Amino acid sequence: MTTQTQPTPDTLKPPATSVGVIGWLRKNLFSTWYNALLTFIALYGIYLVVGSLWNFISTTDWSVITANLRLFMVGRYPAEETWRVLASLALFALLVGASWAVWGGVARAAAILLASVFFTAMVLPFGANERLWMAGNLACIGIGFGIGYITRARRVLVWAWLASLPLIALLLYGVGGLPRVATDLWGGLLLTLALSIVGIVASFPLGVLLAVGRQSSYPAIRWFCVAYIELIRGVPLITLLFMMQIMLPLFLPEGLTVERVMRAMVAFILFTAAYIAEVVRGGLQAIPRGQAEAARALGLNGILTLLLIILPQALRLTIPAMMGQFISLFKDTSLVAIVGLLDLAGIANAAANQPDFLGRQAEVYLFIALIYFVFSAAMAYGSRRLEKTLGVGER
Amino acid sequence: MAEATDNDIIVVRDVHKWYGQFHALRGVSMNVKRGEVVVIFGPSGSGKSTFIRTINRLEEHQRGQIIVDGIELTNDIRNIEAIRMEVGMVFQSFNLFPHLTVMQNITLAPTWVRKWSRAQAEAKAMELLKRVGIPEQAGKFPGQLSGGQQQRVAIARALAMQPKIMLFDEPTSALDPEMIKEVLDVMTDLAESGMTMLVVSHEMGFARSVAHRLVFFDAGVIVEQGAPRDIFFNPAEERTKKFLSQILQ
Repeated sequence: MTTQTQPTPDTLKPPATSVGVIGWLRKNLFSTWYNALLTFIALYGIYLVVGSLWNFISTTDWSVITANLRLFMVGRYPAEETWRVLASLALFALLVGASWAVWGGVARAAAILLASVFFTAMVLPFGANERLWMAGNLACIGIGFGIGYITRARRVLVWAWLASLPLIALLLYGVGGLPRVATDLWGGLLLTLALSIVGIVASFPLGVLLAVGRQSSYPAIRWFCVAYIELIRGVPLITLLFMMQIMLPLFLPEGLTVERVMRAMVAFILFTAAYIAEVVRGGLQAIPRGQAEAARALGLNGILTLLLIILPQALRLTIPAMMGQFISLFKDTSLVAIVGLLDLAGIANAAANQPDFLGRQAEVYLFIALIYFVFSAAMAYGSRRLEKTLGVGER
Repeated sequence: MAEATDNDIIVVRDVHKWYGQFHALRGVSMNVKRGEVVVIFGPSGSGKSTFIRTINRLEEHQRGQIIVDGIELTNDIRNIEAIRMEVGMVFQSFNLFPHLTVMQNITLAPTWVRKWSRAQAEAKAMELLKRVGIPEQAGKFPGQLSGGQQQRVAIARALAMQPKIMLFDEPTSALDPEMIKEVLDVMTDLAESGMTMLVVSHEMGFARSVAHRLVFFDAGVIVEQGAPRDIFFNPAEERTKKFLSQILQ
């Protein structure tokens, strides 16, 4: 019983210099004299950039943002109807909270992010009413979590999510007794998000359908899908937006008009769907033929084979590329500013040209860049979490 | 060639198959009786895999007639799906669904095609997993199992549809030697239970002890067939003799 004290080779600890902070620094930053030199040069560069940026942020006058905060958030959405936007946020907060309790993982990260957004909004110089709403929304996350925790109703929650989008759309647009707020009045972050979310939600199924159609054994369907995809991919998004704005009215019958925001939405959906289709096609081709053969041999018909065997695997493989498309859609919504819509970028242009704030472009664009970045980074992070949860590359 | 009788569950008459210009099956005729175990062997490229894949229409034949359990295989998709429900298939590369658990792999077809309740399908799946000796793996994903375990799951998956015929397309060719036995044991047990089986395999030990009939394929035709003892010890054809001497050395 004396052998216990002597550590065997597999219980030996690694040398202290190769682990922990010191080990990491040595290995990654100071492994050779020239790497050490590069490290110092890089540190100096970072100091210069961050230093001057901080200098700018802390000394400049941000009144162009604070004075126009409402415009940046909702554009010309009528002030007395703003409660609808805030109520939509509350509904969203409830659902995110409930999802956190039911699913955890990605939903938990989303809830934390949303809570910090609400919290930031409370600090920003909004009106007292809006700040109160934000506090309420913060509470809604908690309430949602409570409801989810007690009921654990997964199925209900899925349906609630599906129903929430049309519900929010109707609430914002106005239905029943609510006065109508035409989408042409929507602006700022509200418009950016409306274009992005509708674009993502609608282009995804359309893209999948096109990808599947492109593999169809019926030549008519196949050629239609190929023609559509190649046509759309051969045209810049901006021309598609212009065509929708200028040419669509020429094709519509007299008296029928489509709101300009809706036309932009259609352009984004048609455009993104073509790219999604190509991404999904890549995923479909990566699934070995044996998968479909095994499913067919079991007696599953073509549609069940596609829905239960091929698509789940193909879509899981394409999450990174798909999320890239969605992030790029989100940022491309800023192009509507060029066709005259007042999304986040459109409002920024307008704000920078206000006589009171001439020469304040830097503040304005830094502010909207930060907003774009926060949302894009959140989407990228969510996509990585989703990949992990679904075990891409592991099974 | 004996005439088909009521006891023949598979009737194949003069089947031809071309891949482009390549004539893969050149007039194959064969009857399989209920409960019969037939082992098909032959050099690679001889059409043996193509042949058993025509039985459940994973490959289409272009001439001749295939009748399975009284239903003729035509382009009618309803006929094809009806036959596929009665014919289980096990592949060389397992082809388990990697995104589903072992349990879900097995219950998928019974619930969606046979419309069983989930409880019924899961009870059947558990029974089959016990039969193939891995009930403890039900909750795992295929990627977490060894090759031999995966192939046994694949057998259980095919059996869950309660097929009348089982097709095996080189079921042990992708396995390490120590795992071949566990799969062959399951197949032997299945043969002894009276299942009609068509097995493409070069496992001659299995063929000798389990098969009722051996069929030797070469260049898209059946060169010779008969009881294992006759084929092994007294082959009539020179080609059979030569091939056997190559794989049995």
